[in-house]
Amino acid sequence: MQIFDIYLLEALINGILLGGVLALLALGLNLIFGVIDVVWICYAELIMIGMYAIYFLFTVYHLPFPLAALIAVAAVGALGALLHYLVIEPLLNAAPINQLLATGGVLFFLQSAATVAFGIDFRNAGIRLPVLNVAEMYISYARLLAFGAALVAMVVVYLFLTRTYIGTAIRAIAQDRQIMPLMGVDSRRVYFVTSAVGGALAGLAATLLVLQYDVHPFVGLSFGPITFMICVLGGLGNMIGGFVAAFIFAEIISLGGLYSDLEWGYVLAFAFFIVMMFVRPQGLLARRS
Amino acid sequence: MTMRSYFPWVAGAVLVAVPFVYHSPYPLHIMIQILIWSFAYTSWSVMGRFGLVSLGHGGFMGIGAYVTALLWNHVGLSPWLGIPVALLAAGALALIVGWPCFRFRITGHYFALVTLALSGIVLQVITATRDYTGGSLGYTPERHKAGESALLALQFTDKETWYLIALGVWAAGLYIWHLVDRSMSRYALEAISEDEDAAAATGVNVTKEKLRITVLSAVMTAFAGALYCQYQMFISPDTVSGISVSLQMVFAVVVGGIYVSLGPTAGAIITLLLAETLRISFGTKAVGWDNLVYGVLLVLFIIFLPKGILGSLMEVRWLRRQATSVIPGGSEGAAANGDALRPDPSLRSG
Repeated sequence: MQIFDIYLLEALINGILLGGVLALLALGLNLIFGVIDVVWICYAELIMIGMYAIYFLFTVYHLPFPLAALIAVAAVGALGALLHYLVIEPLLNAAPINQLLATGGVLFFLQSAATVAFGIDFRNAGIRLPVLNVAEMYISYARLLAFGAALVAMVVVYLFLTRTYIGTAIRAIAQDRQIMPLMGVDSRRVYFVTSAVGGALAGLAATLLVLQYDVHPFVGLSFGPITFMICVLGGLGNMIGGFVAAFIFAEIISLGGLYSDLEWGYVLAFAFFIVMMFVRPQGLLARRS
Repeated sequence: MTMRSYFPWVAGAVLVAVPFVYHSPYPLHIMIQILIWSFAYTSWSVMGRFGLVSLGHGGFMGIGAYVTALLWNHVGLSPWLGIPVALLAAGALALIVGWPCFRFRITGHYFALVTLALSGIVLQVITATRDYTGGSLGYTPERHKAGESALLALQFTDKETWYLIALGVWAAGLYIWHLVDRSMSRYALEAISEDEDAAAATGVNVTKEKLRITVLSAVMTAFAGALYCQYQMFISPDTVSGISVSLQMVFAVVVGGIYVSLGPTAGAIITLLLAETLRISFGTKAVGWDNLVYGVLLVLFIIFLPKGILGSLMEVRWLRRQATSVIPGGSEGAAANGDALRPDPSLRSG
């Protein structure tokens, strides 16, 4: 019984750490949705591109990791802005579902572009961070780092949105997208900046994920769906809700995985998501009207 | 009887005659695949054309394929009974997920994402129960008698039989599409896709109508999955379930044309021929190229040609006919809402 409890505690702690990464994944997507009202189905594929960027910069061109990470964040940010310019902007007035499907096309494109360019091999950046051994429990240092970075990113995004001029404009646009252009806010520029910030957050997520997972063209499929579910569960566009939902999801996966396979953890989490959609269709933290 | 009303029968007779005249296995194999996938895409478009964009159809297809194969291998139940069980399972799942969705007004983005979760669940369950389903390595229904056809096991070694079966199923799919197109439900569902509250106010039972079309679509998709399994004799989670299959369905239908009966078929022909051409001309180097082209095309189609190839062609023809006839103001509505995936009054029937 003693040993069992240690495992349980370890799973709980790992769940919290996983929650940090998931919260970071959900953050960028929520920002995009909250402001532009578009779901980037290809969000996880942007992360995959970022992981490849770091992999090549770090292992092939031998750049120091922080510099590689910085370049990747900037590159994925630019990719986000490009995605908005090429795909979303022409569709801004189309039915929302068309925007969703168009980014589905981008998903196909990025996946297969990676397959064509890099092949389907699993690649590992070869960075081995130590595993902490605290009171008989094994805690991954990479996860701890991801958790910390996710918290810092949340705070930075919060400060950006509340303390800067463009951040205020972003929040204003999110509240009323018809009136703000009349008040002299350049909505095109705001959408552009938001997309770039959303992309940069995907780049940051890539930096943290490349420490833990191998890169391959389909890596996005393993955490893409769960990111969408977290965003929907928290209420699309609701960043605090997304944060809470990320931790609930992570605990379900982690504890479910403790009692049987990891896949069953995911099945449980997905089923929980569907049930919650019926209980709280507007998200966990929705205000009751 | 005009030339136009004869056309489907003549085309049908030609299609039925093909395997008796032409025996080359490879073109027949391609045609069977096109017919089976056309049926699957038609099944999706039965509900997709009313703005019910489901990304869960990969899940229904997976259930159709896996339940049939599992019952045959583990219980020894013939596909003649196994397929109905699989269809029941898919219908029940559609009901379980659909009812609360429609009851609690989960529409648009949210509906797409909830159904996306559904195909994720089916994929994960298949992978997790690898002791029975073979996991991501795939699964093969056992041969009844090696190298022989067996009616009881629904296993045929010759392509001609499969071609005729697939042709029949495909034609039945089109017939169901037309039945829906001519029913009162179609008007109800179009009203719902425009404005749910207004539709409910005029006495449409929103939940019931949506649920009926969803279950119909799910059952048809599951049947396509079962058929695919029996024909290929090999299924893997990636080819019959999951998000990529769901997106593949949406993609083909959007390319072909969502509001015309032959649109999904046109989509299947275009996508499968594209994939085959790339595979033959580039061989193993082509891995990924077909999806690369698909992805770009999907984006371009949604931006520039949201009604799809066949839909746009028919619209051009319709506009021409309007221009020559003397119905005043007839052509105005057609071009107006070209930028939304929404039922268009100009494209009533295929």
